[in-house]
Amino acid sequence: MLAVEVEQLKKYYGDVHALDGVDLSIPLGGVYGLLGPNGAGKTTLVRILATLLKPTHGRARILGVDVTEDPGAIRRRIGLAGQSAAVDELLTGRENLEMVGRLYGFSRTEALRRADEVLERIDLADAANRTVKTYSGGMRRRLDLAASLVGHPELLLLDEPTTGLDPRSRQDLWDLIEELVDEGTTLLLTTQYLEEADRLARQLVVVDHGKVISRGTPDELKAQLGGDVLELHLEDPGKIRVVLEQLEGLGSAPATIDEKTGLISLTVGEDTGAVVEALRRLDRERVQLRDLSLRKPTLDDVFLTLTGHTAQTDEPEPTGRKARRRARSGDRS
Amino acid sequence: MTAGAVVGVRTRPDGLAGTAADIVTVAKRNFIRVFRTPELLVFSTIQPIMFVLLFNYVFGGAIPIPGVDYINYLIPGIIIQTAVFGASNTAIGLTEDLQAGIVDRFRSLPMARSAVLAGRVLADTLRNLWVILLSIGVGYVIGFRFQAGLVNAILAVLVATLFAFAMSWVFAAMGLLTKTPEAAQAAVFVPIFPFTFASSAFVPTETMPGWLQVFAENQPVTFAINAMRYLVLGENEFLNLNAGQVGLAVLWSLLIFGVFFYLAVRLYRRSGE
Repeated sequence: MLAVEVEQLKKYYGDVHALDGVDLSIPLGGVYGLLGPNGAGKTTLVRILATLLKPTHGRARILGVDVTEDPGAIRRRIGLAGQSAAVDELLTGRENLEMVGRLYGFSRTEALRRADEVLERIDLADAANRTVKTYSGGMRRRLDLAASLVGHPELLLLDEPTTGLDPRSRQDLWDLIEELVDEGTTLLLTTQYLEEADRLARQLVVVDHGKVISRGTPDELKAQLGGDVLELHLEDPGKIRVVLEQLEGLGSAPATIDEKTGLISLTVGEDTGAVVEALRRLDRERVQLRDLSLRKPTLDDVFLTLTGHTAQTDEPEPTGRKARRRARSGDRS
Repeated sequence: MTAGAVVGVRTRPDGLAGTAADIVTVAKRNFIRVFRTPELLVFSTIQPIMFVLLFNYVFGGAIPIPGVDYINYLIPGIIIQTAVFGASNTAIGLTEDLQAGIVDRFRSLPMARSAVLAGRVLADTLRNLWVILLSIGVGYVIGFRFQAGLVNAILAVLVATLFAFAMSWVFAAMGLLTKTPEAAQAAVFVPIFPFTFASSAFVPTETMPGWLQVFAENQPVTFAINAMRYLVLGENEFLNLNAGQVGLAVLWSLLIFGVFFYLAVRLYRRSGE
């Protein structure tokens, strides 16, 4: 049995194709990453898998059950957390989890016992009797994840669980997710962050405009990208031509230049020698640098490599008018 | 954990009893919210007190109704009006849940679909019952008295509560149509004002111009008020009050409930597509 089986899944909103023929098969166990920018269709896909939305076309099976045939059976066996589901601000952490437990069909005693167990688990026992309103962003996300754990799910759907969190809270959440995986839970995680996908996921699919544009392990994906990028900002933009000549033959692909900012990028991969050589050559030509950096590839690089455009997209994710506006004005730095 | 062990802790019965359990769980959650939103609690408490005092002392002297103290005439009107206002909170609460993503959480759980709406309506109706009793209490302080016996007094409260319940379903459907609290806030006043003011709530409908009288005398808010008035005052020829009006009010409440329950559940299901 597969955790998730998706065939030619489509979701149309009038002329907008939120999902345009997605195929996926996710085995049991481990984290499967769904990587893509805002508006790529990630949330739409998660909502269909969580039985919140009906597909326009195609088939989706969760743990062997078709989402349109027996959504109730699926809801008993999955947990949903992240952007798509919320916790109640005016209830305490324990009241939230007790309510969720009751709605899973637990008795009152069992729901309370399970709530305390999960609160302990996600390190919120101390805040159990405080209203969620008083929680920090990180605590809220943990409680949100906790709510999805109450029913002992076999499959967890996490929709951008760390978006908007500070690095420390993100790290905590990652640790928690890794523990869950060790216990045998299957996870489908959507993210905009390559770093997150790299850290957590064994297998990745990259989606854009409602379609899968690449799939593989994080290493395979990074190999496609060529790895680290050397970025140079020149003191004198007039020297760009000289610099490009000097960089020829270095790195895994010819250097590129951003015409607006004058930023020169050279993909060097793991080859630190290329960095040293590049700097040596520029020094010999007396090129003054205003700024220099070596950075890891980002989602933008993935998209630039795979599609020729950056992760910026004008195609909204139509899960509601609000979401649409957010997708347009959203921060995609 | 094996699947068997998980199933073992689920004790909820199937069918209607399970649905009822879910409704109670959702209603309890909404109740806790009411008590943690002091603004809502204070406002919904002050409003009926203010209406009873204001309308009684402002209109009381100007509207002579033969053989009836104005306060005894007024309280049934105030109660039904307050119940309609109170029921409109169903629309606003529901849209807040939609926007906050709470409804999506509910959708992802193996619970009865209708419990999300019914649980809210149940909590709102109980809050409305409290407001009805409060209005009666305030009325008592300034001279209101039930004049047709205890049984009729209890029936009066039940009729008002049933009408509030039916109206909550109207506003549940409106909430699902308007989708955001801001839009719901504005939209609910469109039916509230004509139906509560162009009714027999504050003045006898005979004082209105003919065209308005036709509307005011033949709409459900007036039916509910007249039923309550009959149960408070007993038969009254001048006000045209008789037992048949109780039947009419109950029938209309059930009709409104039936139609809007169907509409609201349909809208709720469709909002996931």
